[in-house]
Amino acid sequence: MAKTIAEINEKIKKGQAVVVTAEEIIDIVEEKGVEEAAKEVDVVTTGTFGPMCSSGAYINIGHAKPRLKLGGGKVYLNDVLAYAGLAAVDIYIGATALPDDDPRNKAFPGEFRYGGGHVIQDLVAGKDVKLSATAYGTDCYPRKKLETWINIKDLNEAVLLNPRNCYQNYNVAVNLSDKIIYTYMGVLKPNLGNANYCSAGQLSPLLNDPYYRTIGIGTCIFLGGGVGYIFWQGTQHSPTVKRTENGVPSAPAGTLAVMGDLKQMKPEWLVGSSFLGYGATLTVGLGIPIPILDEEICRFTAVKDEEIWTQIVDYSESYPQMIPGSLGEVNYAQLKSGKITVKGKEVPTASLSSYSKAREIANTLKEWIQKGDFLLAEPVAPIPGPESGITFRSLKERPIE
Amino acid sequence: MKVSHRIVLHFPPRLVDQPIVYKLVKDYNLVFNILKASVTPGEEGVLVFELSGLERDYEAGMDYLKDLGVRIQPLGQDIRRNDTKCTHCGVCISLCPTGALFLDRGTMLVHFDPEKCTACELCVKPCPPRAMEVHF
Repeated sequence: MAKTIAEINEKIKKGQAVVVTAEEIIDIVEEKGVEEAAKEVDVVTTGTFGPMCSSGAYINIGHAKPRLKLGGGKVYLNDVLAYAGLAAVDIYIGATALPDDDPRNKAFPGEFRYGGGHVIQDLVAGKDVKLSATAYGTDCYPRKKLETWINIKDLNEAVLLNPRNCYQNYNVAVNLSDKIIYTYMGVLKPNLGNANYCSAGQLSPLLNDPYYRTIGIGTCIFLGGGVGYIFWQGTQHSPTVKRTENGVPSAPAGTLAVMGDLKQMKPEWLVGSSFLGYGATLTVGLGIPIPILDEEICRFTAVKDEEIWTQIVDYSESYPQMIPGSLGEVNYAQLKSGKITVKGKEVPTASLSSYSKAREIANTLKEWIQKGDFLLAEPVAPIPGPESGITFRSLKERPIE
Repeated sequence: MKVSHRIVLHFPPRLVDQPIVYKLVKDYNLVFNILKASVTPGEEGVLVFELSGLERDYEAGMDYLKDLGVRIQPLGQDIRRNDTKCTHCGVCISLCPTGALFLDRGTMLVHFDPEKCTACELCVKPCPPRAMEVHF
């Protein structure tokens, strides 16, 4: 018996919808079978909380008196460079932006204590942020300099707009070399000293809807502690990677572009983060509700850690040099056990993505839906699936003579 | 009975040039293993070490230090986790050499046991939200 999103929303409004998390559905399907579970359960909630570099926020600061045109000038927020190539008082702050005087990796490994991600967290926390700008001056925008405190509550708009979040699966990173390396997957000790992974596995949104049957453009989501929307597939969206029998990709695959009003988000779900020797970024909390429209979707959401496989990749040589290949496959149950075996060696594992926070997000979203505070949105267009043939291309360099 | 403790000593500037550790070894038969030291003439000195020996020797050694005016602190107090910053990702657990940082596989929460911490600080900079703080 198939259901529609409209029917599920009617149940949510009446407080009658059955909502469970992507962990809870596993036991329900095991106990009652897919057929029964699909009838009973209306919504499965998912969650993930990990560093997502392709994140940022645009803000409109309001016009100064006399007027000043930031476009084409230079703007800093708490000394972190923001993008000013837009209209007079619209700017975009990216998660990985740094202050001009940050030493970066000159004193290796750089610490990257404060960057764009931290600015976004401070804005969301309601802290005053220092804006300093220089402009070239025009007849209609004569002013050339501005230094002021700004606060999110006074901004016309503050919108989180992330071109790539929520990776559907990710690599496990190891280091085969004899030197310690500092990567976006954390500090990797030499000679397979540790293995870092970054996915919520069975709780992760796109691993619970592997063919994007319900998750599409317009889907309403939990984003940064507030409500957000999917507005496109994310950059590097690569739905055609290899999949296991259950349809789940066994390598990094789909991604999502998401946005939402920053003013209703919370600093504990948008956390400025520093990766030693790598850079600054933003750790984003994101959760997606999956409507159980039929048995197939129900079966997808019941996926377990041991059924989700991914690739072990060497970050000392193969990743930086773009040499394809994997050192083997592991599943998330193995990764979460604390150790895996790579090339015959037992290697301790650690995660960059917080599973306990992912669980908290799935439970929060469940509560919102149960209370009737959050309705499901019908996607206005799908995001491309494997049939699209879209693959992740690398750059073809063409020398400039 | 033999005891072993990891402690932090804070020396006032007037004691920095005194051979205090030598006295602990010679007069109190204590064995030391320095974990970290920062001693600059004219400024306060900090010494983090593991000290072992017979319990009565250890106690007598501690009394000697206190009488001199050395401030003594158990080590675990010096590396602290800022619980409002920790996101429980767990990336620290494979970097911690003593198992002071570990993951509860049921709740998937990261725990910090200051008793096991040797203040090596390997967790401090790799922590993405910088939740591990050094307090001396």
